[in-house]
Formats: sequence, C-alpha cells, structure tokens
Amino acid sequence: MLLPGETGVIVTLPEGAPSLTRLREMGLLPGTRVEFIRRAPMGDPVEIGVRGALLSLRDAEASLIEVETERVVGK
Amino acid sequence: MKATVYSEGLVYALVGNPNCGKTTLFNALTGLRQKVGNYPGVTIERKEGEFYSQHGVRLRVIDLPGAYSLNARSPDEAILRDVLLGRRPDTPRPDRIVCVVDASNPERNLYLFTQILELGVPVILVLNMVDVAERNGLRFDVERLAERFGVPVIPMVASQKKGLVELKVAMSRQELPSPKPLLDAMPVPVRGALVRARENLAAAGIVAATASPLEPLYLISGHDPTHYGIAPAAVAMIQLGREQLEREVPGWEDRLVAARYDAIHAALESVVRRPESASATLTDKLDTVLLHKVWGWLALAGTLGFLFYLIFSVVEIPVGWIESGFSALTAKITGTSEVPGWMPDGDLRSLVTDGVISGVSGVIVFLPQILILFFFIGFMEDTGYMARVAFLMDRIMSRVGLTGKSFLPILGSHACAVPGVMAARTIESPRDRLITILVAPLAACSARLPVYLLLIAALVPGKVVPAPMKAGILTGLYAAGIAGVFCFAWLFNRKLLPGAPSAMILELPAYKMPSFGNIARQMAGRAWMFIRRAGTVILGLSILLWGASTYPKLRNADGSLSEDKSAALAHSAAGRLGHAIEPVIRPMGADWKIGIGLISSFAAREVFVSTMSVIYNVEAEDDDDGTRRLRDRLAAERRPDGTPVYTPALCASLMVFFVFAMQCLSTIAVVRRETHSWKWPLFQLAYMTGTAWLLATAAYQLISTLSS
Repeated sequence: MLLPGETGVIVTLPEGAPSLTRLREMGLLPGTRVEFIRRAPMGDPVEIGVRGALLSLRDAEASLIEVETERVVGK
Repeated sequence: MKATVYSEGLVYALVGNPNCGKTTLFNALTGLRQKVGNYPGVTIERKEGEFYSQHGVRLRVIDLPGAYSLNARSPDEAILRDVLLGRRPDTPRPDRIVCVVDASNPERNLYLFTQILELGVPVILVLNMVDVAERNGLRFDVERLAERFGVPVIPMVASQKKGLVELKVAMSRQELPSPKPLLDAMPVPVRGALVRARENLAAAGIVAATASPLEPLYLISGHDPTHYGIAPAAVAMIQLGREQLEREVPGWEDRLVAARYDAIHAALESVVRRPESASATLTDKLDTVLLHKVWGWLALAGTLGFLFYLIFSVVEIPVGWIESGFSALTAKITGTSEVPGWMPDGDLRSLVTDGVISGVSGVIVFLPQILILFFFIGFMEDTGYMARVAFLMDRIMSRVGLTGKSFLPILGSHACAVPGVMAARTIESPRDRLITILVAPLAACSARLPVYLLLIAALVPGKVVPAPMKAGILTGLYAAGIAGVFCFAWLFNRKLLPGAPSAMILELPAYKMPSFGNIARQMAGRAWMFIRRAGTVILGLSILLWGASTYPKLRNADGSLSEDKSAALAHSAAGRLGHAIEPVIRPMGADWKIGIGLISSFAAREVFVSTMSVIYNVEAEDDDDGTRRLRDRLAAERRPDGTPVYTPALCASLMVFFVFAMQCLSTIAVVRRETHSWKWPLFQLAYMTGTAWLLATAAYQLISTLSS
C-alpha cells in the first residue's frame, strides 16, 4: 500500500478483470515502477505516474494492484 | 506493376493514442481539404482529407479516433479496430498506416504501434513532439529505430509543421518496406486456438473466411461483453471463442500484453538515452496548484464562473444581433402602413414570417451558445485541463453511477441542453453517455428563466416582488433541477441500464498551449452538424406548430376573418388541443388557456410567456413592463365561480411543471440525432413530462388543501 508521494514496484495484478487488462495495456505490469502522486481532493480517484504518463484511476481498481514500496520520496 | 501498390487515391490511415497530436498532424497534412461526417450508426466523427504527393498524386487520409489498443474498450476504439481490419463497409480498408506516437511518452505509445506492425500493411512511424521529449531528456536514434521496426521513422513537431515535408516525402514513396513485427503476437497454442475460432466465426458469418487470425484475436480480446459495433448474435459466439481460448491457454491475454511491453522495452533500451534525473515539469508544477485541495476548487470555480459569464452575458450580444436581424427581415416582408412589404398579407406571408423565419431564427439563435460552449470545451481539452475537471468531479458523479466526464455536459445544460447534450460526445462509455443525455435537460436552462420570472411575479401579490424572495424561489427552482438530474441518473443507473459501473481510467495529459486552429475547426464542425441535422427537424416542427396555431381560421358571422387574436388562437387546432387536454391538466390546477400555453411552449419554453400574452390580449413586449402588464392581467383572471385562477397553488404547480417537463423541440431533435433513434427522445419526453405532471399535481393539491 503506497502513500501519496511514494514510489513502488507492482508485485501482482489479478488476472482476467477487463478493467485491469486495460491497465496492463497502459503499461501497469508486474515489475513496473509506479508513483502514487496524489488523491483527488475528495479522496477518490487517485493519480499515479507510470512509464512517463499520468493516469487517474479509482480506488476500486487501484486497491487491486499489489505494490511493494520502493523508497520514500521527501521527508 | 507498382501501380497496384501506389495509385491514385491511395488510402492512408492516421492512428495513435489520444493526446499524441494526431489531429494537429491531420490538419497540417490536409489543410482545408477535409470532409467531416459521422460513421453511420454511431456518434463518432469521421474525418477524411486529401493532399497531393510529391509526384502530384492524390492521397487520401482517414483520421481515425485516438485509441490505446486494438482491443476495443470504447466505441471509438471499435471504429479504429474495424476500419483497420476492413470490417466497415462504409470505409475502405487503409492501404498504409501512419502511426503517431508522443515521443515524450514512448513506451506506452508504442504499445498500439506493436499491434499496428502486425497488420501486414506498410507503416510509417511519426515521433511527434520531439521538442518536448528533448526537454525531458529523451533522445532518439532515428536510424536505429527505423532499422529495428523496419519502417520509416519521422521525428516531428506537428504543431510547428517541423518534419512535415519529410513525412510527405515518406508518404509519397512508391514502395514502403514491410514492417518487422516486434514479436510473434501469437505463440503456437494461441495461434491454433485463434485459427479454430476464426473457423467458427467464419461459419457464423461474423468474419470473412479469408480473415487474418488477428481479426478473431481483437474481437475475442475485447474488453466489453457487448463488443461495440458487433451484432448481438455474434457476441455470444465471440464469448464462446473467448472462453475456449481461456481454457486452452489460461492467462493468454495478460501474457500477450506483457510480451509486447518486453519487446518495446528491448527496442527502446538500445536507442533511447534516458535522462540522468527528471526534473519537475511544468505539468507537475501546474497540477500542484490546479489539483490542490483549496486552489484546485477555486481554479475550477473561476473557470466555470467565466464560462457562465460568457454563456449568460456575452452570448446576449450576438443573440441580440440575430434576433434583431430576423425581426428586421420580418418587418421588410410585412411592411408598414406607408411602405408596402415584400409580400401581401395572407396565409403565405404568415407561413413565411411566423413559421419559416421564426423557425430558422429559432435554429440560428442556438449557434452563439453552441460556439461558446464548444470553444470552451475545445480549449479545455486541448490544454489538458478537461481531464483534470473530470478528476476533481469524479467522486461526486460516482455517487449516482456516472464518472467525472459527465460533469461538464450537465453543467453546460444549465445554459442550454442543446450544446450540453452535444457535449456528451466526450464521454466514451455509451451507457454513461446515454444516462447523461437523458438527465441533462432537467438542468434549469436559460429558456426556463423568463417563465420562472413571470410565475414568481404572478405568485406574489403586490407591485414588486421582494428581491430576497425572488432569489429564494429561483434558487429553489434551480436546486430542484439539480436534484432531478441526480435522482434520475441514480435511478437510470440502477434500473434502466444496470451493469457494471465503468472503471474510470483516465489519462491526465501533459499541459500544452492550445491550437486555436484545431479548436476553430471543431467549433465550425459542431455548429454545421447542428444546423444540418437538428436544424431541419426544428424547422419542420416549428412550421407544424405554426400550422396548429393558425388553422382552422376563425371567421366572423359575415365570413370575414376575425381580428380577435385571442379568440382565433382558441379556435385553432392548438386551442382545441388545449381544450382537449384540459381534463388531464385540471388536477394540476390548469385550465384550457394554460393548456394552450403549455402546448405552444413545446416549441421552446420561453414561448409560454408570449402565448399567454396573446391569449390574454396583452400587448407582448419583451421588457419588464410587458411582464408586469401580463402579471396584472393574470392576477385579474377569474374562474366562472369568481375565484382567482392564478392562486399561489397554481403558480407553484406550473413552476414545478416547468422544472421537470421536456418542453423543447430542439432538445428532442438533438437527442434524436445523438442517440440515432426516436426511442430515447420519446422515452425522455415521457419520463420528464410524466414526472412533471405528477409533481405539479401533488404540489397543487397539497398547497390548495393547506391554504383552504
């Protein structure tokens, strides 16, 4: 589980869910580095940085992605 | 011999991810030689243009919708898939493909390119926005890339036309090499399963017997069970093929994606020099403010406030020109007592002035609002702010099953539902788009305002309505409209179109300077489409309504035409219809005179005020005095038993009716246009007007009971 500002590496994404297949196609694969940039002001959705692009996805999808925290940026 | 490869009218397809600058490139290539239309059956723009090659040969270019993958997840992507696979009878299969990638984000952009390379058609790769990529520390070795992919690679900055000549030279080449696919997309077991799937699909007539196995691949790996643009019978077949493939090769789809990214990674490893460390970009800095918990909302409120200022105030100026232009024309035709008009008095003149001209002006008068709203939408999309608005608003819209993308169409409908419904085109999910279109006309549009003001004035006895009370009631009416939008969106989401809520996966593109040329083209395209498609329906219905309120004519005892306009209107078909619906509207407190007003207000809500003026023989003048005179006349109106007609209960009932009722031919025409059937506008008419009647009746009965 990442916190805003943290970077991590994707460990697993459940297979088979159509919305997650699209996330895979947009480059979220096991081993890919992702940065949790921020939450929207109302808490959902979240903004992540992956392969040089900024993506917004909802908690419902984001929470399915298992991530290993790489290092804490700042603080 | 080469003429088969390179001939007059060779068709190029332009493909790429959203936000890769494809449209800018298309405009730079084809200039004004463009045709914009629609793909039949769907609301997706079909853009085709042409230009002359270095050798003076005419080349056709089809600008396909932006897409992330050939595994279609939206109707836009289904169009791309179907055109590239030659599945659309209305569009020729492209002979060659220009694939545009955003050079500042090469990995993700090249994913679609790896799929394009396998189609067996010559490909040209355009690395667009190389200037941005260089600033971000990315450099490309163009020759090595070209060698690796086996295709010409053209670095470009399309917005500055840099590299355009090189691209045209490449597109003019007699022969292009066959691309080298980055990987074998189909490992042996998948290929076997796909070939069997193709046989089944071909037997059912879904694909041609000669189709490449890629065709079943992209049909089967679609993301949505409805498989956009595919016949329902075929969907079951495809579903079957998908399950079979999954049984034979579990996890094949996800593994294929991973294999593509591995291949892209390997191809880029050798040629792209990565920056030592990425510094904060302009986009990062802007987002810290524009998506901030406090500043983000303020920026959004400021932007939308400015939009409303434009739509409510500035739009009055061109609307004034249009209206005075048309009334000057009408004056020329009718003439005055001194100067004879162009046409003699009579039915034909009445048809021209009251039917045709008022119908045409009723169409043209929407143009300023449509142009302003689409300028704004174009500006927000082109700069990249639009995606941020969806990001900020998504949480609120998700409560009723929509996404942040529905916010702007609904907000815009508070000015006018016509451009609001058209703006729903920006929503990819057909289900979300339909729900948005169905609820958008509940938003309190500006045409309701004169009716509200008249009814508020009539509601409150005395000379002047106290400002706080006026504001309070108005706010309540607007709030009722918003409540209606959310309640019905929730209801439709649950009951009418149940299904999995769409996952909002949205790219937040890097901010950039907008291209006013692109925006102007889009504005002109939308305006023209409105005039051509919806305008004709609005004009026809306006003439029909004119006929209903003119015929049959009222004659005096001596056979001459009656001069009494009020009596003539009561005598006409519309008047009789008013009488006919009286039993239906009586529970909400209305009589047949109001019935005529309600019927005529179907042309446009504000017509209610002028019709009431005619019915009560009040000189209709579009100013405060006119409203006041009409108000006084309404207050004096009595029932046969001597009690006042316009009681607070009736005024409240009418207000509630106008909040919810679908009384706008233009909106009906646009919804018909945007949903491609009469089913949804008629459903909308039924549910909105039904709700209006129920709630108006409830309001009337409740207030009458309480006050008696």
